[in-house]
Amino acid sequence: MSRPARGPLHVSGELLASKRVGAYRHLTLVAPGIPERFRPGTFVALSVGGSPTGQGGGEHLARRCFWIHRVKPVGAFGATIDLVVEPVGTGTRWLDALAPGATLELTGPLGRPFALPQEPVSCLLVGEGYATAALLPLAERLRERQCPVTLLVAADDEAHLLSAIETRRAARAVTVVTADGSVGRRGGVADVLDEVLTQSAAAVVYAAGPARTLHAVAEAAERHGAWSQTALEQPLTCATGLCHGCAVPVVGEDGAARTARACVDGPVFRGDRVRWVDLADA
Amino acid sequence: MSAPEHTVELAGLTLAGPVLVASGCGGTGRELASYGALAELGGFVTRSLTLNPRAGGPVPRLWESPSGLLNAIGLQNPGVEQFLATEMPWLAQQGTRIVVSIVASTLGEYAELTRRVAGAPGVSAIEVNLSVPDAAGLGVFDVREPFHAANVVAAVLRALPRGVPLLAKLRPDPHRVVESARCVLDAGASAVVVGNSLLAAMPDGRPAGLSGPALRPVALRCVTDVCRALPEAEVVAAGGIGSAEEARAFLAAGARAVQIGTALLHDPTTAARVAADLRGAP
Repeated sequence: MSRPARGPLHVSGELLASKRVGAYRHLTLVAPGIPERFRPGTFVALSVGGSPTGQGGGEHLARRCFWIHRVKPVGAFGATIDLVVEPVGTGTRWLDALAPGATLELTGPLGRPFALPQEPVSCLLVGEGYATAALLPLAERLRERQCPVTLLVAADDEAHLLSAIETRRAARAVTVVTADGSVGRRGGVADVLDEVLTQSAAAVVYAAGPARTLHAVAEAAERHGAWSQTALEQPLTCATGLCHGCAVPVVGEDGAARTARACVDGPVFRGDRVRWVDLADA
Repeated sequence: MSAPEHTVELAGLTLAGPVLVASGCGGTGRELASYGALAELGGFVTRSLTLNPRAGGPVPRLWESPSGLLNAIGLQNPGVEQFLATEMPWLAQQGTRIVVSIVASTLGEYAELTRRVAGAPGVSAIEVNLSVPDAAGLGVFDVREPFHAANVVAAVLRALPRGVPLLAKLRPDPHRVVESARCVLDAGASAVVVGNSLLAAMPDGRPAGLSGPALRPVALRCVTDVCRALPEAEVVAAGGIGSAEEARAFLAAGARAVQIGTALLHDPTTAARVAADLRGAP
């Protein structure tokens, strides 16, 4: 059966390691074929609740989706992927409690990745909360292309700040903001965005986080004459483009309003293509 | 392709096997093809197409319910012209039977849709969606009584060229499904599809449909009753099927074929796996 080389796979994976870091659970999975196809900005969909394979899903039919945070191509167990989970709902708490050795059904890598610049231009990466996970492999890829990388990392508090040490290694400059001021400056992304954009002279801004943050990034990028690439987090059900549940209001190349799917047309959209006000109203 | 002994005769068509993709659960087909060749299946039913494009309803459009999914997509589709121009040519080349699902606001519109769809190359059959969970809210022809369903079938048949089979997709309502099936078959439908989502509501009260394993016992009752009452009827079963064992239960009840829907949203390989398991392939 011929498959496009970059197409997603549906595989049985194994939970290799599970580690609590601050408010998050870091999972390392053996997922055959998925690491090789990974590109920054893509994600995986997991089945949760121990639904038996071949029974069309158990009690929990909707998939749970996570950014691929890291790919380790070589190891004793073959290639692995790392995911960052914030245990807040039924599915994420189930994953939080899952013991290494468990089998997981997963699909990926899914979605359209971040578009990379052809020239070594300055790039600003803006991440909020666990969504910062999507940006760290991007920072490495940009650095390989000689793009100067500046990072702006935001979270509610220290516990929700993702791997600050690793982010430092990937970037020339890192700005940290927390809502409670426990680390870095007190405030949110919108408070420092213009300043960081000016300092970095970024030609491209990449962002991952809640929709209101992405909206602020898209607008700031316009003001500064930069391109923006925003990685949207919509609740996904199938995550594979089949159900048309994850509607994102966009503007097409021809200027016409359209409804795109976050999972296959995104999750990464050009910031100037998303109708942010309609997205907030939806 | 399947060996000849696995083929199924349905409505005058020879299908490669008894497993079809249910309407609204296979995306445009291309997304599904990433996980397995559509030619391995008996057929692919498109999402329901309308005469004019529809943007679909507000989010959330899907909601997880115990062992089920609530859906309120709002018939998002590009309209029949766009579909025939951009999606049908690809589908026609996939080596499987393509069944185009249609839904309309008036009987005249049904006739118009039928004329446009039936003439397109590669269309094997038409499925009329007589069981939209929120027909009134979406402004489509409301099938409340079996004679309404018969009226639609008659209107479509008047516009349908000879040799193109017509499938009528009925609501899995055990009280009315036998009467509905008798009415649409008397009106000239080639086969009945039993059934669709059950009428339900989103947690916020918006009209929705319930699909998935939660509805399987209800669907099995409907299929069993229709097959017993109308032994000559050609029945396609749908409703929470996710494994070969479950498919066999519906085939044993008298169905000629099964449609896989919600299970694909949980595992995009389900249809291919069920088809392979039924063939006894390794």
